Amino acid sequence: MKQALLTICAAALGLSVAGAASAAGTLETVKARGKLVCGVSLATPGFAAPDDKGRMQGFDADICRSIAAAVFGDGDKVDFVPTNINTRFQALQSGEIDVLSRQTTHTFSRDASLGLDFGPTVFYDGQGLMVAKSLGVSSAKELTEAAICTLPGTTTAQNISDFFRAINGKFELVVFESPDENRAAFYSGRCEAITSDRSDLASIRAVANNPDDYIVLPETISKEPLAPAFRQNDSNWGDIVSWSVWLLMAAEEKGITQANVDEKLKSEDPDVQRMLGATEELGKMLGLDNKWGYNVIKSVGNYGEVFERNLGEGTKLGLTRGPNALWNAGGLIYSPPIR
Amino acid sequence: MAFLHDMRFRAYFYQVVAIGFVVLAGWTMFSTASDNLAKQNIATGFDFLTRPAGFVITEAAIAFEATDTVGRAILVGIANTVKVSLLAAIFGTLLGLGVGIARMSHNPLLARLALTYVELLRNVPLLLYLFLWYSLIILVLPPVKQALNLLPGVYLSNSGLVVPAALLQSGGLALLACLVGGAAAAFFIRTVATRRRIATGQPNQGGLLAIAALLAPVFLLWLAGGFSVDWDFPTAGKFRLTAGLHVRPEFVALLFGLALSASANVAEIVRAGIQAVGKGQWEASAALGLSRGKTMRLVVLPQALRIIIPPLTNTYLTVFKNSSLAIAIGYPDLVMVSNTVMNQTGQAIETIAIFMGVYLALSITISLIMNWYNAHVALKER
Repeated sequence: MKQALLTICAAALGLSVAGAASAAGTLETVKARGKLVCGVSLATPGFAAPDDKGRMQGFDADICRSIAAAVFGDGDKVDFVPTNINTRFQALQSGEIDVLSRQTTHTFSRDASLGLDFGPTVFYDGQGLMVAKSLGVSSAKELTEAAICTLPGTTTAQNISDFFRAINGKFELVVFESPDENRAAFYSGRCEAITSDRSDLASIRAVANNPDDYIVLPETISKEPLAPAFRQNDSNWGDIVSWSVWLLMAAEEKGITQANVDEKLKSEDPDVQRMLGATEELGKMLGLDNKWGYNVIKSVGNYGEVFERNLGEGTKLGLTRGPNALWNAGGLIYSPPIR
Repeated sequence: MAFLHDMRFRAYFYQVVAIGFVVLAGWTMFSTASDNLAKQNIATGFDFLTRPAGFVITEAAIAFEATDTVGRAILVGIANTVKVSLLAAIFGTLLGLGVGIARMSHNPLLARLALTYVELLRNVPLLLYLFLWYSLIILVLPPVKQALNLLPGVYLSNSGLVVPAALLQSGGLALLACLVGGAAAAFFIRTVATRRRIATGQPNQGGLLAIAALLAPVFLLWLAGGFSVDWDFPTAGKFRLTAGLHVRPEFVALLFGLALSASANVAEIVRAGIQAVGKGQWEASAALGLSRGKTMRLVVLPQALRIIIPPLTNTYLTVFKNSSLAIAIGYPDLVMVSNTVMNQTGQAIETIAIFMGVYLALSITISLIMNWYNAHVALKER
């Protein structure tokens, strides 16, 4: 709580001193600083959490690195700022961070009223419910009258309330600030079900004594497209964030990987040549080095590699691609043409 | 320019300048902040309070539905905060009074036990105790499916205690009248009895009579069938018990934690207050033939009260402010509701301003009440 208050004070001060960051243009500010300041979550394995060497690892962290690589040619020129779920938008508004890459759902009211814009969706998530198998429940609709544990964050409380209102059922909501208490309450049987984004449920299930005792119910009760956010009215910076993300997706489509990117520089494919800066001058149009595309792939790999490394079936979270597969493989990941 | 050397003029002048600076600084911060927010198209103001909340609050001291407004949700948070703090302050004071007196007992076992109690409770952060109590409740007690059936209609499980709820069917007005009438009669009897005791020096049964006067009307009304109560017994639902009155583990753990930590503080304050009363008072009252218990109750405690009240105010304020730790164990107090609101509206500055304002206003109210009581019991020098 104290931290939240401090951030608010800092944000209020930042706002009252001047809208300096927005006036100068974020790209210039970032270049002058020599580092990208990227807001991530406190500690969410798979999305952003430091490893045992203190290096920030995760899907969201790699999105930050790809932007840094596009700007500086070096994916490690990033300062990661852990942001509190309640004050993450204020941190962005006040200029404390340049971009927010923190499992943040793109919604209408956030887009319209918070003075920020969202980049492309990097992860298609949705809110689900998890129960113990022994409960014998196979659909969320059977959970009327049950107690459901959740975190106060984002819109989970509202989504679950809406869901039960739609089927005209009552339920008991227990809200915890701490993820540990939330999990403990669920595992001890205080609540019949726990609700969160499906990716998060996967990581909660991964730490259970016996993950096979729990199932995630089939219903997805909300759409949660997670996207990076940046300050409104800075079109150039918005383009840089968006195209850094799209480049990751386009690279997967074209089969460019971290390992073969040097080879691909000599590719005959005109699309690949443009993306990696071998021909034409696309990078310059954004105010970036012409090799920006090459630098991004060289430092983090393509979208598929970023996904598999942090969230995929080889990791503790063990997520399948699902809707996050490429469009030509039945998913929703689709990049506009880079030309 | 003689007035420049006037001490009184200069004192006022400095104060006016100082206040002017504070006001100016505050206004500048406020206006530039709202200017910049407007420039960045960030919504400001308190319009969001009238929007529908959209989320449910299960543990609500006042009725609440998801379709109610955000403003009402915050009001529920305030009511929950007040409910738990008030109960914690009452239990904490009663418990602390007992422990504080036990600290000075001549029985070494009792005194040491009280000492251990105080030291254990006040030397570990409250937050850790809250986690401990809550974990104990949810891990030790069985899940609701195997709830312990203590008495007919009374179930205990890690989802809390469920007891039959009393629903007043009819005769509410008559019951209220009997209660008010009984209370008035009891108060009158007690006042008269006290006055007579002071005048004559004879002990009397005024206290017992007052209790009888308080209860008799309600009892008679019950005999006459003047009101009827329906008992709403808990029934086993699909997953948990429905109907009845629920006391949830989040509330119990918080109440427990707050009351125990307050009681340790109160115990030390009471001990200090009692020890500050001169030894001569004990000796004088022993010489008059009063027992130790009577000496404590009639002679020492009333004098100690004057020393106890000011630090006690501090303890109550601490209890009230510490209730915001509720957020850690899932009790929907003001801070937790505000956090959910903040997440939904994104208007963090306004929401934090509201809950800071509420805490400030209620804290000042507690201080005012306690200060009034302090002035009431203080030695009046004439």
